[in-house]
Amino acid sequence: MEMKKYIDFTQTNLDGQEIALVIKEGKQTVETLRKREKVSKTFSLILTYIIVTFLALIMILPFYWMLITSLKTNDEINAMTQTFFPTVVMWSNYVYVFQVFDFTNYMINTIVVAIFSTIGTLITTVLAAFAFARLQFKGRESLFLIFLMTMMIPGEMMVISNYITVASFGWIGTDQTRLEAYLTMIVPFWVSVYYIYLLRQNFKQIPNELYLAAKVDGKSDFSYLLKVMIPLAAPTLISITILKFMGTWNSYVWPELVTSSVEFKLISNGLRGSSFSDPDSGIVEYGYQMAATVVVTVPLFLLFVLFRKYIMRGVGRAGIKG
Amino acid sequence: MFNFFKRKKQDEAITYSEDFALMKQGIYRDSSLGELTEGENKNNIVVNVVSRREIKKEYTIGGVLDQEQRNNWKAWFYLAPILILMAVFLIYPLINTIFISFTENYQYATGTFDGLTFDNFLIILGLKPYTDALIYETNLVNYALPNTFIIVFITVPVSIVLALLISVLLNNLRRFQKIYQTIFFLPYVTNTIAVGMVFSVLFDDTGLINYLFQTDITWVYGADRWTAMVPLCLYIVWGSLPFKILILLSGLQNVDKQYYDAAKIDAAPHWKVLLRITVPALWPQILYLMVTSFIGAFKEYTAVVGLFNGPSTTGKGGIPEMYTMVFYIYENLQEHTSFAAACAVLLFLIILLFTFLQLFLSKRKNA
Repeated sequence: MEMKKYIDFTQTNLDGQEIALVIKEGKQTVETLRKREKVSKTFSLILTYIIVTFLALIMILPFYWMLITSLKTNDEINAMTQTFFPTVVMWSNYVYVFQVFDFTNYMINTIVVAIFSTIGTLITTVLAAFAFARLQFKGRESLFLIFLMTMMIPGEMMVISNYITVASFGWIGTDQTRLEAYLTMIVPFWVSVYYIYLLRQNFKQIPNELYLAAKVDGKSDFSYLLKVMIPLAAPTLISITILKFMGTWNSYVWPELVTSSVEFKLISNGLRGSSFSDPDSGIVEYGYQMAATVVVTVPLFLLFVLFRKYIMRGVGRAGIKG
Repeated sequence: MFNFFKRKKQDEAITYSEDFALMKQGIYRDSSLGELTEGENKNNIVVNVVSRREIKKEYTIGGVLDQEQRNNWKAWFYLAPILILMAVFLIYPLINTIFISFTENYQYATGTFDGLTFDNFLIILGLKPYTDALIYETNLVNYALPNTFIIVFITVPVSIVLALLISVLLNNLRRFQKIYQTIFFLPYVTNTIAVGMVFSVLFDDTGLINYLFQTDITWVYGADRWTAMVPLCLYIVWGSLPFKILILLSGLQNVDKQYYDAAKIDAAPHWKVLLRITVPALWPQILYLMVTSFIGAFKEYTAVVGLFNGPSTTGKGGIPEMYTMVFYIYENLQEHTSFAAACAVLLFLIILLFTFLQLFLSKRKNA
């Protein structure tokens, strides 16, 4: 079939008894044609690489720009001609930022809130997912459906009343203590239906036989959960932990609303709330500002480098087909 | 995902109705011998009169496991923590917010209000005039609603199409695919506020964008509202690509290669393969992304804060021309709790409407 394309039959010599087939443009044997096809394929592959590389560069441009701006002098940042590498590397921007920006305090707050909201979430999630995946009880499926439906409700619906609720607990106000500030930022976030859904899927994949075997051995449901299911679902639990950490690192709105004092705020609030303006002129110094954003971004990147697999799996398993 | 209501199959249970009649006579089948041959060979029949009492019900034997566990009350112990938390922080707030949206002048600190009314919705929709000492806008019509809809209807289609193209390209690569995949995932693991600040530097008057394109446009601080939409939408698209690429790429890797081979034999052009094979094959993923990113775009807030540091292009204070619906909710939460609640209810209704609309459309397309 393929040969027909390339043989020119008008050139076929029918004089005499012999029939000779002449391939057009002499050199084009099957091998050269195959080679040519290969070349065009490589060409399109190279083109794909070029396009993808170009797009990838656009994707990481903000990070690169953040990094180099954080090392530039303010004059260079505001110059008409932008440079792609700082002419004078200003490490002093970072020194200044650590002096002005109370990074350690925000960092401690964020880590404390992240740890305790993660622990709480893990406990409620594991218990609920176990009940939904393993135990039989009346109304299980309809209750789970209600759980799933709550995911459609925008969080903003809850924020208003939750604010009122924590206010009525006395956790908000000018006399707010550190513990109260932490509680308001931790307790409401122990509810995560999405993670229950994710973990339930994981628990359901664990074969029934293991459960029956544990029952034969006289194990209780709880020790089965602790000794068999949790270790088997460890990758999902790690994913949940990391995503929860990232979520706390990114949370901005709720901490901004409920904290009364700067010392209780989280890292995002600290970053946006601090002014990096020059004390004399009042103009925002982008060098300092970008140095602070680098400091905030780097821990997340480190987390990503270490746990790439878990993060991408946790995010990617976002519930297509149950 | 939604076949929760499937009842336990009744036919799984084994009913011994055939033997039932014999049992009544006190004759039990010897299961090891198969056919019942009464009279001919007495050894085959075990005539065991266990009880003279009449059996009233047919025996039904279900799955042993389920029988034992049906309605295990212990399950409620496992569910108790989450149910209590959900009741306090999810169900009650939901009802309470709807209630507040119908109250007049609700005070969050004391919980008092001046009676029930429908005016909140009219005021936020600009149908009823409202004058207030505070500088902020109390209706959504001027800024919040149009801005939100612009963000939704620009960023969602653009990001889905872009993500689809990038994942198709990535799927063709053999080498370095993992590296590229990681690079395209990077925006996901960043702090929204931090990168928003980076974008405002990129789009600064003397920033990189103006320098590269040799323009002199004020994009961010003090910018015109429509111009400011450009960096905002670009930032939102940039931030939403990683998740979409991840989902689409993993979907692509599960598409049967046979379809592409068939297309190759027919020498179908690339765009036709994309539209006729790739898009239909990825339809569940695309639909899922459409629903989630529609919801996400309707709730846009942090990108605005990161980029502008406030509801206005001049930061805090000034005309809130960069309001989104969620921004409005947060700004008015303390001073105009009733309005904020009404706006939240409105947002909820819009999201609900769009989600059902999309699910409905997808069903019709599949049918």
